[in-house]
Amino acid sequence: MADKKTLTFVMMDPPYENARTTTALRLVDAAVRRGFDVNVFAYEGAVYVPFSKQTPHANAVHGRDVAQEDHPNTKDWVLALVEAAQQSGAKIDWVQCGLCVDERGAGECVPGLRRGSPADLVKFSEASDNTLVIPTK
Amino acid sequence: MSKYLLIESRDPFETNDVAYYYDLASSLAREGNPVTLFLVQNGVLPARPSVKSDALAALTRAGVEVLADEFSLRERGIDAGRLAQGVKAAKLDVVIDQLAEGRKAMWH
Repeated sequence: MADKKTLTFVMMDPPYENARTTTALRLVDAAVRRGFDVNVFAYEGAVYVPFSKQTPHANAVHGRDVAQEDHPNTKDWVLALVEAAQQSGAKIDWVQCGLCVDERGAGECVPGLRRGSPADLVKFSEASDNTLVIPTK
Repeated sequence: MSKYLLIESRDPFETNDVAYYYDLASSLAREGNPVTLFLVQNGVLPARPSVKSDALAALTRAGVEVLADEFSLRERGIDAGRLAQGVKAAKLDVVIDQLAEGRKAMWH
């Protein structure tokens, strides 16, 4: 479509700590399902959101095994977003801030994303119809 | 004149600076700018009629469109059919729509 819009979302929070991560991924999901091209710039703790070594765990307190616990991993949600984009014809360009990745040892991420730098955020912002920064508290 | 999308994720019972964000929304609206205040996460708590709801009603009187995320309402057991005066339940898609139309957007 000729007037296809591009939106950029900037994520900062690490996974499993704040509802902002869920809301940010919900926003990306809503955008890609409607066919918008989406850029995501993940920096600071957010580079762990698609960390590929996340694993589901059992819950001994509640006596549940891994399958019963069905613990969600954010890396799976990111993968689902990439797949949803492919199905809707949207493009999702997810950049992991390389500085943040290196200092956290978070180099392994799910496929379909790329490593970048804060300069990519500038490029995203300049090329987008709008940018929403979701900062930590 | 500009159009604004202000997203409030914080609980006014917990964080006093929410009031300043409401003031910003009100001021922008009084100057003639179309303003939407979108409540999400714990930001929806005052959408349940309570002592903090009067501030939202005042915003709507000032011309601010006050919306509350349906998902966040459901998560917190708040009945979308019994919201505080002037507050309407809305899908998160509203945020996407308003970003796409180029509104100046801020998250708090």
